Amino acid sequence: MRKLAGIVIAGIFFISMMMLFYHLPASHDLSSNEYYYRNPINGSVANESIPEHYIKYTKNETGAVNAVTAIVVEYRGFDTLGEVTVLFTAATGVSFLLSLAVRGRKREEANLILKEGSKLVLPFILLTGAYIFIHGHLTPGGGFPGGSVVASGFLLMMLAYPKFFMKDRISWFESAAGTAFVVIGLLGLVLATSFLQNFIPVGTPGQLVSAGIIPLIYIAIGFKVGSELSAIVNKMKEVQG
Amino acid sequence: MIEFTIMAWILALLAAAAAIYAVETKDLISSAIAMGVASLVVSIMFLLLQAPDVAITEASIGAGITMAVFVYAIGKTGRWEE
Repeated sequence: MRKLAGIVIAGIFFISMMMLFYHLPASHDLSSNEYYYRNPINGSVANESIPEHYIKYTKNETGAVNAVTAIVVEYRGFDTLGEVTVLFTAATGVSFLLSLAVRGRKREEANLILKEGSKLVLPFILLTGAYIFIHGHLTPGGGFPGGSVVASGFLLMMLAYPKFFMKDRISWFESAAGTAFVVIGLLGLVLATSFLQNFIPVGTPGQLVSAGIIPLIYIAIGFKVGSELSAIVNKMKEVQG
Repeated sequence: MIEFTIMAWILALLAAAAAIYAVETKDLISSAIAMGVASLVVSIMFLLLQAPDVAITEASIGAGITMAVFVYAIGKTGRWEE
């Protein structure tokens, strides 16, 4: 009986997911979208849909070559703040629950190949992660992928060295990065027109120093995601079984 | 185009097989590893669908960090499902 109910629920979910495909732009003409782009500053409505606006004007308006990043951080920056808050809440919940458990560390040695190999590979993993979030406005990637690559580097260290231990001071990074995100947003409110509005000149698209606040926000998100995920994994490792 | 379709089908079947194995097996460590395999296959699929940023995230979170969290949790509890 429970299996039947499960199959029915999964079937309903599957059908509604399939119905979603009908609304994807591939089967529709982009211009037939009824939602037109409204300028947030003067309120004028353009005679084109939101996707069309993003494709045409992203590079001039934000200076970012990577349109996905421009949408995530600039046009939909407030949503990204919400996403970061969700991750922060999850990390806080994990560390609160696991702080009630007994802490203790098993000290089993990993084998030689893992220990020496991880020493060799770790700098490159951290470099790749930093590259992904610093170049977020130029190449595919950004704060979330970069931060998770950095965290997987620390995960490798935790696997190779059971004594490897992240101090609680790592939460300073997390708080500082989160605060930096909100402060940059508030500076946009003060110096420009709205929260998370760009207030730095956009520069030449394609240069490393361009796109205004996008690289700054993505560096903050990269640090935040990296430190949060490594803290979660570290807390899981520290609990005594 | 036909190569893309064949590859997408192979990847989709692999992901589905890994997911079903992860649900059905009684060994929780194998289950966690099968979930990691499913994530890895899905991340290759994202790469084929030209979403490299999502592919990076899926590979490092799905196949790396989530699996490690599961393996640590299973190590702290019990390996076999009752």
